[in-house]
Amino acid sequence: MSDTTTASTPVPSSRPQGSPAAAPTSLVGALEIDVRFLGMIGALAVIWVVFDFLADGTFLTPRNLWNLSVQSSSIAVMSTGMVLVIVMRHIDLSVGSILGVTGMIMAVFQASYLMPTFGFNHPAVMVLTLAAGIAIGAAIGALHGFVIAYLGVPAFIVTLGGLLVWRGAAWAVAQGKTIPLVDDNFKLLGGGADGSIGATWSWIVAAVACAAIAFAAVQARRQRQRFHFPLKPVWAEIVLVGAGCLAVIAATLVVNAYTLPPVLARRYAEAAGLTVPPEGITISFGYAVPVLVALAVGIVMTFVATRTRFGRYVFAIGGNPEAAELAGINTKRVTMAVFALMGALAAIGAAISTARLNSATNAQGTLDELYVIAAAVIGGTSLAGGAGTIAGAMLGALVMQSLQSGMVLMRVDTPYQNIVVGIVLVFAVWIDTVYRKRFK
Amino acid sequence: MNTATSTPAQSATALPPGASHIAGTPLVEMRDICIAFGGIHAVDHVSVDLMPGEVVALLGHNGAGKSTLIKILAGAYKADTGDIRINGEAASIANPRDAKRYGIETIYQTLALADNVDAAANLFLGRELLTAWGTLDDVAMEAATREVMGRLNPNFRKFKEPVRGLSGGQRQSVAIARAIHFNAKILIMDEPTAALGPQETAQVAELIKQLKAEGIGIFLISHDIHDVFDLADRVSVMKNGKLVGTARTSDVTKDEVLGMIILGKSPPGAVPGPGASLD
Repeated sequence: MSDTTTASTPVPSSRPQGSPAAAPTSLVGALEIDVRFLGMIGALAVIWVVFDFLADGTFLTPRNLWNLSVQSSSIAVMSTGMVLVIVMRHIDLSVGSILGVTGMIMAVFQASYLMPTFGFNHPAVMVLTLAAGIAIGAAIGALHGFVIAYLGVPAFIVTLGGLLVWRGAAWAVAQGKTIPLVDDNFKLLGGGADGSIGATWSWIVAAVACAAIAFAAVQARRQRQRFHFPLKPVWAEIVLVGAGCLAVIAATLVVNAYTLPPVLARRYAEAAGLTVPPEGITISFGYAVPVLVALAVGIVMTFVATRTRFGRYVFAIGGNPEAAELAGINTKRVTMAVFALMGALAAIGAAISTARLNSATNAQGTLDELYVIAAAVIGGTSLAGGAGTIAGAMLGALVMQSLQSGMVLMRVDTPYQNIVVGIVLVFAVWIDTVYRKRFK
Repeated sequence: MNTATSTPAQSATALPPGASHIAGTPLVEMRDICIAFGGIHAVDHVSVDLMPGEVVALLGHNGAGKSTLIKILAGAYKADTGDIRINGEAASIANPRDAKRYGIETIYQTLALADNVDAAANLFLGRELLTAWGTLDDVAMEAATREVMGRLNPNFRKFKEPVRGLSGGQRQSVAIARAIHFNAKILIMDEPTAALGPQETAQVAELIKQLKAEGIGIFLISHDIHDVFDLADRVSVMKNGKLVGTARTSDVTKDEVLGMIILGKSPPGAVPGPGASLD
């Protein structure tokens, strides 16, 4: 309403009204990159280089980076759900305890019911264990969501209660005993030499990922062309797709460079019935299964957050709950669904971390809620609600894990590690606050 | 379909002056509406109505109950008692979605925009366009937004920016675009020009005249009589939750309407309501 032209008839017509492409003013503007995301990648790079220097070159090794990827997986999976929770102006303090109880239930269910029914290493055991865990996690989350949305108890209190309740429940499931996992297929979710896909499959995954990146770019461009919208310059598209593919190729080179020690490789090859040449054999780990699970979760959650009605409603509610309600959105149902989703993701996190330990313990996931929240917040999720990205949170999980892993390599004692992590968390949020004030 | 005698509690004052010489059924009839919040009667036995192509101004001080009354029509609140008829038929409006189904669109005083998403997301909030795959069709929504904004505010360019980054006038035009894009039959505008400059206010007035010519009924809520007197066909004045009276703007002066707002005094040209002072 800011010029003298009189508004004409408001009845919609089918005339397209695309404005001509405006000339991009800067490099970043033309590429349409999220500056904050770029900043986080820069921060991660700095952390890695500094640790590599301080830990005498032990940080930037394929072995350490591979381990880092596996160690980050469980928190990264859960952080994707925490983004939606925090975007809706809520919090979930119970994810560590949900992880504990669902991990315990999965281990007991597998050992006591599924294995006797289906037999040793039957494929159904893994599928049903995972399905049961996810269903229970979702049910616990839905219960929290119900109390929060329909009974009006603040999420902080409900999930604080949940933290105590489900930690206690984890103990009650097996009276505090540690339950070993019995199914070898399920253990693949934890990574390790068996739980990795090897060099060839890693390259296949990389090729598919690169094709998908290129396809998505072409598809988006075609959509905008359909309505004669302003387009990014072609060189910008090529640079972005190229950067994405380079990142995929670099990651693949790293995970493939991590190989089994020669003695183990020989034993492994012989067990697999391969003939071992006299000069020895090189067996690459490749991508670990939990990392692929985390990446798949990240892609699905990004899709949910940005491409679906549900995701749009989550962000709209976070931006202005009253406006969302007035727009006819069933905010209570969306709230309940977000917490159910968070519970399901905690169960996937439980599958990864129990499989990694080969057993479910009573204390599993203790303090994970704090790491998950920290990952989301470091990843740019605003505690005021309405802002956050899935990719940012996963990167945040990687930052947190990098700090811990780096300090382990530097032989820093655990209490001092916590001091550093705590300071970094506050510092990161302060930087973000400054950024938001300056650049809106 | 005359429903004026259907509710025993209502007095003859509920019959709108002039309703007889506008042919046809009222677009909206709100009869004997009451709502209380913890003992406070925010709206107390209020009856108003609206004919097609008519602008009815709802006037009163802040806290008089005007916004609460129209929030009942918009589905944001549910009335304790009273009934609403749309085109002469009983309507049940339990939530904003129901109201939209009856063709009732509302521009709230607060604009009710989600500040963190862009204009298209706000325009289609709750009514998103989907692709054949069931995913959000952002491109189609942006195209429709460009089209409607092209008419309301041709200089508008910030289609990719969260509406937080827009000026007051731009935000207002997004809220108006949302209300008129879905072929509203009944438009509620709560203080539509409160945040606007003189030029923008004139544009809104122009828009109201066009919408009126298309047969859309408009409730215009304001605490300032000067904003709306020239646009309105009738005024209904509320004070302390009660209806002071309803008058055709041609039958009363601005000063008389001011008297209704401030003193609750119903002038000879108006039909007094339950809230009219007796002296």
